[in-house]
Amino acid sequence: MVGTGQVDFNYLVEKAGTLRKHIIKMIGEAGSGHPGGSLSAADILTVLYFQVMNIDPKDLQNPDRDRFVLSKGHGAPALYAALAEKGFFPVEELWNLRKINSPLQGHPDMRKVPGVEMSTGSLGQGLSAANGMALAARVMGKDYRVYVVLGDGETQEGQIWEAAMTAAHYRLDNLTAFLDYNGLQIDGLCSEVKSPLPLLEKWQAFGWEVMEIDGHDVKEIWEACQKALTVKGKPTMVICRTIKGRGVSFMENVADWHGKAPNREQLEKALSELEGGSGGYEPKNCHP
Amino acid sequence: MSQKIATRDAYGEILVELGKTNPRIVVLDADLSKSTKTANFKEVFPERFFNMGVAEADMMGTAAGLAAAGMIPFASTFAIFATGRAYDQLRNSIAYTALNVKIVATHAGITVGEDGGSHQSIEDIAIMRVMPNMTVIVPADGPETKKAVQAAVELEGPVYIRLGRSGVPVLFTEEEPFTLGKGKILREGKDISIIAVGIMVSKALEAAETLSQQGIEARVINLSTIKPLDEDIIIQAARETGGIVTAEEHSIIGGLGGAVSEVTAENCPVPVKRVGVRDTFGESGLPELLLEKYGLTPENIIKAAKEVLQK
Repeated sequence: MVGTGQVDFNYLVEKAGTLRKHIIKMIGEAGSGHPGGSLSAADILTVLYFQVMNIDPKDLQNPDRDRFVLSKGHGAPALYAALAEKGFFPVEELWNLRKINSPLQGHPDMRKVPGVEMSTGSLGQGLSAANGMALAARVMGKDYRVYVVLGDGETQEGQIWEAAMTAAHYRLDNLTAFLDYNGLQIDGLCSEVKSPLPLLEKWQAFGWEVMEIDGHDVKEIWEACQKALTVKGKPTMVICRTIKGRGVSFMENVADWHGKAPNREQLEKALSELEGGSGGYEPKNCHP
Repeated sequence: MSQKIATRDAYGEILVELGKTNPRIVVLDADLSKSTKTANFKEVFPERFFNMGVAEADMMGTAAGLAAAGMIPFASTFAIFATGRAYDQLRNSIAYTALNVKIVATHAGITVGEDGGSHQSIEDIAIMRVMPNMTVIVPADGPETKKAVQAAVELEGPVYIRLGRSGVPVLFTEEEPFTLGKGKILREGKDISIIAVGIMVSKALEAAETLSQQGIEARVINLSTIKPLDEDIIIQAARETGGIVTAEEHSIIGGLGGAVSEVTAENCPVPVKRVGVRDTFGESGLPELLLEKYGLTPENIIKAAKEVLQK
């Protein structure tokens, strides 16, 4: 394990900012995509890809590598931004998101993008796949870890709870899950569409170790990852309170920005804010 | 043809055999391991067997994750649940990803019997055949089942193998070669061709014998690989015999009959009659009585053959 003193949190904050700029720019270039949920998950992915996970873009097939599954596959722009920044493919490729003949599909495709460990997009399926990877580690005697990010709206899918039972039943303590709890889904507030609450008690009742953190605080995310390493005999769920659209004033906490691209003017304003412009915009506090 | 073996029994046996030499094989089941015969594997390799409970969608997704990490997972349950309940997981987590998952579904078709229409899968060949990247095999007997499972392990990619509940006559020896993607002529004939899969292969042979006694020589083809389809053997049959009867324990829509009709229509249009379940659900009853009621007997094949010959 790594001590807090050895982690450069300022670097991670800066990297998360870079990811956010990529996300906004690539969705703007594509003319479609999901900015809200990509921005809310950006800090989680940053900490995993740039501090926590044992992965090497030059050694894609290493059987001992850690695995990451983006179960909320519509957050693909965040994943692509992380992979490009990590060196899995050139950053320039990001501007081909969602265009014909591009490997960067609207939702992640493991057969097309180096570094993508599981194709996702149809919600509810990623946790099962992550469980399978964690079980495989046990069968093969490997000590890699599996990380998975779920959406809060996604937990309305029944398969998530089937998989939640599986992970607890098979005591998958090599699995760390993150719930991107931004509180919003396409049709509005999760709590109004069909409430998945209470989250903490549900996951606890399903036999998981559960933590609740600020999903935009890179130090808290890193600490949760470290704490999960000490959990034995059960999987860990890190409930991350996040803001949909985090970092862009007019996207924050607005459900309409779930799956809509910014126009040219909005793109410039968003990038300016992420650069620290627009009168020093301060992101709002975490949801809820 | 006196000896009968259920294809699911052959599956249970070969799985254990293969598990002994291939440590990458893992097996998942959804609370039906005694029926699908994966319990045999569990007995010998408990650390490589995962009961997923009554959760077919999760089972398929977990199998995908195991395959992504380099295992060769076999996921088994009844055909109705494997292909119906878990369709989206098969489609997006296994076929779209081309992951190395072997879906071996038992209790396909109406010979499930007493459990009734809710449990009788008559759509699964159609469902699986339409998926890109998917290989679809419907073995005709126990020995062919073993060969098909072995071939599935040797193939990198998703495979669907359709097995039944009831005993079926043994047609092949253990030495009979099996080539994935190739149909096999079991009986030569020049007047008409009968193309069959699964339990209908032995019935096709019975029908051909009766037809022969009446002066009609029927070619009988076992087309156990539905996908990739052996188009050559179908076109050859159409050209050389001028008419085809298909026979399957499945809906006449979208399965073997559909596949053969597509190939003949495009390449060599000849009269085709499809013997199968006629766009209706099954019901409870003894398998043999159900086969009679739903028109899946040698007599139905003979009747269809004569209708084709009159065209």
